[in-house]
Amino acid sequence: MTDSPILEIRDLKMHFPVKEGILLRTNKYNKAVDGVSLSIMPGETLGLVGESGCGKSTLGRCITRLYDPISGSIFFEGQDITRLKGRALLPFRKHIQMIFQDPMESLNSRHTVGEILEEPFIVQKIGDRNSRQKRVLELLDIVGLPSRSAVRYPFEFSGGQRQRIGIARSIALKPKLIICDEPVSALDVSIQSQILNLLIDLQKEFNLSYLFIAHDLAVVKHISDRIVIMYLGKVVESAEGETVYRQPRHPYTKSLIAAIPIPDPHRKVERQIITGDVPSPIDPPSGCSFHPRCPIVTDRCKHEAPQLRSIQDNQFVSCHEA
Amino acid sequence: MPLLEITNLVTEFDTDEGRVRAVDQLSFTAEQGETLGIVGESGCGKSVTALSIMRLLPQPMGQIVSGSIVFQGRDLTQLPLSEMQKIRGNQISMVFQEPMTALNPVHTIGKQIAEALLIHNDFDVGTAIRKSIDMLDRVGIPSPDIRMGEYPHQLSGGMRQRVVIAMALACKPSLLIADEPTTALDVTIQAQILELLKDLQSEMGMSVILITHDLGVIAETCQQVVVMYAGRVAEKGTVFDVFDNPSHPYTRGLLASIPTLETQPKSKLSVIEGMVPGLMDLPPGCRFENRCPHSIDACRLSVPQIETIENQHEVSCARWQDI
Repeated sequence: MTDSPILEIRDLKMHFPVKEGILLRTNKYNKAVDGVSLSIMPGETLGLVGESGCGKSTLGRCITRLYDPISGSIFFEGQDITRLKGRALLPFRKHIQMIFQDPMESLNSRHTVGEILEEPFIVQKIGDRNSRQKRVLELLDIVGLPSRSAVRYPFEFSGGQRQRIGIARSIALKPKLIICDEPVSALDVSIQSQILNLLIDLQKEFNLSYLFIAHDLAVVKHISDRIVIMYLGKVVESAEGETVYRQPRHPYTKSLIAAIPIPDPHRKVERQIITGDVPSPIDPPSGCSFHPRCPIVTDRCKHEAPQLRSIQDNQFVSCHEA
Repeated sequence: MPLLEITNLVTEFDTDEGRVRAVDQLSFTAEQGETLGIVGESGCGKSVTALSIMRLLPQPMGQIVSGSIVFQGRDLTQLPLSEMQKIRGNQISMVFQEPMTALNPVHTIGKQIAEALLIHNDFDVGTAIRKSIDMLDRVGIPSPDIRMGEYPHQLSGGMRQRVVIAMALACKPSLLIADEPTTALDVTIQAQILELLKDLQSEMGMSVILITHDLGVIAETCQQVVVMYAGRVAEKGTVFDVFDNPSHPYTRGLLASIPTLETQPKSKLSVIEGMVPGLMDLPPGCRFENRCPHSIDACRLSVPQIETIENQHEVSCARWQDI
């Protein structure tokens, strides 16, 4: 691993206007991502965990520039790509790819698998027809699908196989970074482990970096080197996977870990369940946005938003009390 | 006498490609006051089992072909629909996965809960409303009297599922069937809802059939568990039987393939190779045969019998003693 990160995000913000009333005026903003900084090293997997609406998918889409963030910056291999547009963005698109949750929706149902996998090469003007088709067969082989799959359509495949097609497309252009947005949450347990193994193998083989977005902390911990926990558009804790699990410092991280059901009927510990729902990112609570659900809340938390600070090596927490 | 006893249930569907058997020779019993979990992957027949008990199979495609579902001494498969309607929502209720589709978007929450009470009881409207407010309060909805007048879209996912539970439990059923009740919810909300179900169960003394794909949820909430695979029972027993001594290769494979917080990061997870056979082309013998690391020729040819390991722990694998 070299010392310079492949991806660095600084104070990224993505606010969506909320249109209200008959005149559809914008008075409020959905602060989906509200000042997030993180970095990913080459060959590293950064896990991004949080509940629905915490902004984890929005962040992923900002990095691939599917969204234009309102402020902050995104550096890819040291180059600022935050404001790049059109053709200037094309070379970076090759290096940053994405795997989506539902491969049925992200694969064009009217194209054969061969056409789907060939498209990235056509867009990037790589190779001639023959070499492209040879590469398609290679890709199918890498993700463990038979070569006859190339002439079939996405609906002819099961969920797990479709996700393999999605993965094959994402690695087609030999990217350096793949944003995996809930890649296994729609899959059955026995298929989920197949896909996780495939992603881990591909990373070793091609020295890929992953941003692995998921709500399942156990899955994320399995695949990640470091983990970032988000709550309402902000990072609340980040550390190495093992540290997050063994020594979580933020009360939200602790409650996330406590809430995971463990497949062991002998474990009958009384766990602390946090009450309440995730508040709306349109109108987040004052001070620390976790304070209405926090078991160790103080007066200070209600008025003053905590900053992310270093606790120990590589562990950062945004909490006054941690 | 058990509260619910299902014996050799066979449920089939007519499809464009022909008749498929979604549930095949399913038997299990649910005791009074217990939670029984049904676990399995998509298409294993766990939801069809629930719909068979409720007699809510999509008509006219879905049919119970044979077998019996005896609930409190009566065979539900033989009851006329009018009798079944008195049982549904009254003695047996159901909670579905997606609370938004289970609730009617154009009626207030209050109206939907009171409706169940009015259908099954001789209450006047005032009593029904009072009892609905009590029920919302019991499932932990803040300011229930105000919520009564609100519509489903005004609530969060977790709150909606609480409303659905309130509706299901309004008539104090003796059996609640919960089909993936927390799958659509966030993990902290899932913990809240499971805890709520547990509390209400011990308070009301009802039995619960919990259908899920999540073995963690089973381990934390159930006493009995039925593992289903491609329409058949693979293994059943107490949670301790099944988790401590998994005896079907499928159960073992499932348990081994789940990443937990304890597994070594980036280590190879054990996998069950291949995938579930389609219901249209099921193998003649054991349905897990094509994915099973222990299969022999005999597995391909004959359907394995259900064998007793000890007490209630049963397995449907011809080779359970050898592996």
